[in-house]
Amino acid sequence: MPSLKDLKNRISSVKSTQKITKAMQMVAAAKLKRAQDAATAARPYAERMAAVLANLSASAGASGPKLLTGTGSDQTHLVVVMTAERGLAGGFNTYTAKLAKQTISALQAEGKTVKVLTVGKKGREQLKREFESLFIGHIDLSAVKGDDFSESAITLGKSLTARYEDGEFDVATLIYSQFKNVLTQVPTAQQLIPASAPADTGTVDLSGAIYRYEPSEAAILETLLPRYINTQVLSAMLESSAGEQASRMTAMDNATRNAGEMIDSLSLQYNRARQAQITKELIEIISGAEAL
Amino acid sequence: MADKLHFSLVSPAKELFSGEVDHVIAPGTEGEFGVLANHAPFMTTLRNGVVRVLDGDTVKMRIFVRGGFADITSEGLTILAEEASMLDDVKVEDVQAEMEATLLKILALDKDDSSRATLQEHYDYLESMKAALVH
Repeated sequence: MPSLKDLKNRISSVKSTQKITKAMQMVAAAKLKRAQDAATAARPYAERMAAVLANLSASAGASGPKLLTGTGSDQTHLVVVMTAERGLAGGFNTYTAKLAKQTISALQAEGKTVKVLTVGKKGREQLKREFESLFIGHIDLSAVKGDDFSESAITLGKSLTARYEDGEFDVATLIYSQFKNVLTQVPTAQQLIPASAPADTGTVDLSGAIYRYEPSEAAILETLLPRYINTQVLSAMLESSAGEQASRMTAMDNATRNAGEMIDSLSLQYNRARQAQITKELIEIISGAEAL
Repeated sequence: MADKLHFSLVSPAKELFSGEVDHVIAPGTEGEFGVLANHAPFMTTLRNGVVRVLDGDTVKMRIFVRGGFADITSEGLTILAEEASMLDDVKVEDVQAEMEATLLKILALDKDDSSRATLQEHYDYLESMKAALVH
């Protein structure tokens, strides 16, 4: 039976923990709002771009540039794993890392060469033990202010395109956490290179009319594709950041509630112990008086 | 003009405009071009410049874009700009200040610094934006 003082100390310690989790939850909620707005604002651009690319690639056929058609081989895979910089976000980083591990293992089982590029510290830490030998690079997001990921996205996109042109890999897959809503984030694997327009963006029916291109179809594709990849990376980063905040908010909300429950049960225990002590003292006094 | 053209202009940051208009004039890499309703399918890259939205004969809106694409289909005109800003919201002094800051950065760099080209491009962009503002 813990003493009254012990109980009092524990109650106050849980109370201060609760204050911290409560504060973290509120910070995450505020950040989530911003991250969500940024992700929503970026969506039309990504969608239009996908539609334009779908139109173009439908007419370009097999003669398009390498970024679109692939290298003709799929021996070397690059897996880009995008996670958060900070923890304490429930299962957010773990789930994404888990999908990454499964993907990498599956590719290795097929006898492919796998390279890993990590974005965000947490995923790197989790993959380090098993796959450190496969790491070829890391992008640090800790310097990103607010939700301005455009610079990091362009850096990553450019480095991907350059590595691809150098023949470092044949297929690039991006693993990130897709933001469905505040309660659900879905770890998703998406093929980045060769670029493929998502299947659900319908091409516009031109009813037989012929597209005119200026300067030329090939030149447009050449400028469009790297940008398309940058856009994909950017929207993944935005979704991932919104997901991180949502996940942290939920986790901290649970933690605050658990702390509340703990305080209740500890207070009950404390009151009982105090009452027991008073009763004991009374008995002692009464039996002392009777003995006289 | 009976028919209206559906025009939307999006940048990675946000959708700047979406709606029905009469006439849009955009800066293509190979020259400015105007788009009316029922334009033939057409796709082009854009250079830095001003996209003008016209209602009848009056210019309703001027948007400065930094490169990008214009895609014209039977559904209308879509401009994907890498960066876009409403010219009415931009102040000459701000652009001037940023130009000077960028120039200082360029001058501080080594001759063969890799970020030089990016900064130079940014400077050119600001310069053309300023030119568009002064006019």
